[in-house]
Amino acid sequence: MSTQIEQQETETEQEEQEAEIESPGERRRAEKREREAEREAQRETEEATLDDEETVLLKVFRYDPEVEGKQEPRFDDFRVPFHKGMTVLDALIYARDEYDSSLTFRHSCRQAVCGSDALFVNGRQMLGCKTQLAELESPVRIEPLPHQEVVKDLVVDMEHFYDQMHAVEPYFDADDLPEDELEEQRQSRENREKVKMSTRCIWCGACMSSCNIAAGDNEYLGPAAINKAYRFAMDEREGADRKQERLRIIEQEHGVWRCQTQFSCTEVCPKDIPLTEHIQELKREAVKNNLKFW
Amino acid sequence: MYEHDVIVVGAGGAGLRAAIAADEEGADVALVTKLHPVRSHTGAAEGGINAALRDGDSWDLHAYDTMKGSDYLADAPAVDTFAKSAPEEVIQIEHWGMPFSREDDGRVSQRPFGGMSFPRTTYAGAETGHHLLHTMYEQAVKRGIEVYDEWYVTNLAVTDHEDPEDRECHGCVAYDIKSGEIHGFKANNGVILATGGLGQAFDHTTNAVANTGDGCAMAYRAGAPMEDMEMIQFHPTTLPSTGVLISEGVRGEGGILYNGEEERFMFEYGYANNDGELASRDVVSRAELTEINEGRGIEEEYVDLDMRHLGEERILDRLENILHLAEDFEGVDGLDEPMPVKPGQHYAMGGVECDENGETCISGLYAAGETACVSLHGANRLGGNALPELLVFGARAGWHAAGKDMKTAEIGTGPSAKSEDGAVEPPVEPGAIDASSEDVVADGAAVEPTAVIENAVENERERVETLLEEDGINHANVRADVQETMTQNVNVFREEESLKDALRDIREARKEYENVAVSDPSRTYNTDLIHTIETRNILDVAEAITLGALAREEFRGAHWRAEHQERKDDEWIKHTMLAWSDGTPELYYKPVELEGDEETYEPKERSY
Repeated sequence: MSTQIEQQETETEQEEQEAEIESPGERRRAEKREREAEREAQRETEEATLDDEETVLLKVFRYDPEVEGKQEPRFDDFRVPFHKGMTVLDALIYARDEYDSSLTFRHSCRQAVCGSDALFVNGRQMLGCKTQLAELESPVRIEPLPHQEVVKDLVVDMEHFYDQMHAVEPYFDADDLPEDELEEQRQSRENREKVKMSTRCIWCGACMSSCNIAAGDNEYLGPAAINKAYRFAMDEREGADRKQERLRIIEQEHGVWRCQTQFSCTEVCPKDIPLTEHIQELKREAVKNNLKFW
Repeated sequence: MYEHDVIVVGAGGAGLRAAIAADEEGADVALVTKLHPVRSHTGAAEGGINAALRDGDSWDLHAYDTMKGSDYLADAPAVDTFAKSAPEEVIQIEHWGMPFSREDDGRVSQRPFGGMSFPRTTYAGAETGHHLLHTMYEQAVKRGIEVYDEWYVTNLAVTDHEDPEDRECHGCVAYDIKSGEIHGFKANNGVILATGGLGQAFDHTTNAVANTGDGCAMAYRAGAPMEDMEMIQFHPTTLPSTGVLISEGVRGEGGILYNGEEERFMFEYGYANNDGELASRDVVSRAELTEINEGRGIEEEYVDLDMRHLGEERILDRLENILHLAEDFEGVDGLDEPMPVKPGQHYAMGGVECDENGETCISGLYAAGETACVSLHGANRLGGNALPELLVFGARAGWHAAGKDMKTAEIGTGPSAKSEDGAVEPPVEPGAIDASSEDVVADGAAVEPTAVIENAVENERERVETLLEEDGINHANVRADVQETMTQNVNVFREEESLKDALRDIREARKEYENVAVSDPSRTYNTDLIHTIETRNILDVAEAITLGALAREEFRGAHWRAEHQERKDDEWIKHTMLAWSDGTPELYYKPVELEGDEETYEPKERSY
């Protein structure tokens, strides 16, 4: 017995000793933090010399679950030089490349089609790349999309949004296809026009983030997913049987009936999709459909 | 370690089509992308998809136009395969629900495009790429194809045999952006690179920030040669302040280009007496820059593209997206005033050398889409030919990797396809700063797949650890230096001295890159780290482009040289090949295959 206790003590001592001796990696990281702090001070001096007239002040949300000093969410100020035509995304890129390379946000196409950079700017959901700084009140407050878990800085977890999109069977699935593999399905110009706006969705998540109902009901399909269902349910190429199934999906407990027509989704959609109208139309379709079976 | 039959790197159009094809063949396939599939840059394609669908048109006309457009630097087996397969691929995506624009009879609309002898460009408004991308992603969801989104593939796991043709690709290494973990991906049948373009080597480009030539650079360093890298397309109609693309569809529908003196210069100065604005892109870009350089531009920077005469109804029906882009990114109302446009980097005709089945010379390594060079586009790609390319050759790569029995490729790859050595005299040493320390392939003579991957993972972990722990300069300045010199010196008009200047600047940037480090210490979503790794890829592709441009002493397609104003068919109907050779780039040539299925393409004078 005693031997065992001794052994335990020895192990504990070793662990303590190991904890005291820093690993080379930790030492380097600590040194790096110090140098980072020096650079930070230098940056503040540089920023202070910029003329107020030609600059814009950004207040940017910062959070990183694993970096000391960022675990508590905070706002950092960045003063960036302003030029005509500058967007919120341009300003963030400038702040990142010139001042703080750890400033983190998604972006790719910079032309409002990839849907990566939906942000909460001065209290409203919008795409950073499509928003002119000149049209915003200063200082410009930039936050991650509300109602989604923040991964880091302006990056939110999109998994729930993708799950809801996938829940409506978001793929074309026609009852019948032409037998000849070189023959297209016919679609009238009117029908194409009817689904046109709904096909413009870029999955940015702005609508879902703006929706009070989605904030309170995690299972609510949400405006983007319902719009996706609309896109297929209204496409005459799919056929009546598939449409029945689609209506069943959006009619479920957490489907279209949850929408209280507050129009917040429609207001923030960067592609001007009439989301609320589409949801309303699906409600009417569902009612008509149910009456048919009485 | 993750394991699948087929790993597709990149989930834009080519990657998605490849994955669906592999799935069709019963393979267990996974898509690994540094974005989410719907964020891919295929979504920004606007104009359309070419295919010979109607009476009066035929695959051989499409093939002929493509070969002529390529300025006879495309390979006939690629062109023929492409033109024959495009119709079935286009109808298939219609069957998958693609919301094409329609005619009164309900059939898919087609419009004229530059360099096409028949109006064969199918489209969905001026947002064709968006619809194509989403339609294919939806079909991937339908098939339950596994997607690793926001995983950045940083290296390939390839054996290190002396001869690249003996090498085998067993998988890749990927960095989970969200968690910061590095994992190996084992591919039992093959890895398909579909990482898209390399426009970020330039600072005025239509390409996304994510288009950093990752696939090209990884394949190059692993031993697959780069082909025709000097062939860069500059699109004639990009918005001057941002590089945002204004579709060729505007000219296809009848849009007109004017210079600062309100002259319709395409005709008035004889740049293209027959086709005018609808000449091939290289021709129009040169015409615009000539106008600007000769003092007939507007604000010394751009020319005007006017579509007002098309009328509001037609514009809203077919080009609505263009109105939004011009308004949002240039503050111009296209219904009310002409849109300012100038040439901007748009597309890489060159890329990873592969054959009609997407195979590179490394066994198990494939390339498709803009990353690849089959070569379909040769010295100039025609508008509307990129989207059908990614369908046709994405599918073929997917099928082949999944083990489908396919016709043996006619296009040769690797060192054995070499016809002659190259000679180029760069002013500075190209390639790796320290070739001996290059860990481009797996260490040791490992041939056992798992060991090869584990080695590659270990190398990558060390590299990331070093970048995170060491102190150094920010990569952003290095990247900006490369982009600036490329736009300045390797643009539409190329001169020997400028090209050499670019190589000097790239060498300087390479040296600077040796001192780069990541200042964000976090493992969580560290974009600083991702961008730093991308910048290394940009360096490799920028250098390859410039070396190719310096070597090719003629004027062909998109490649114009001040000192060599003629197309020299006797000497230059050959592909520029660059092999990395473990850090010391080696230039050589391989023949262009002009013999097609039904005819041999005779190089003719190219006029529009």
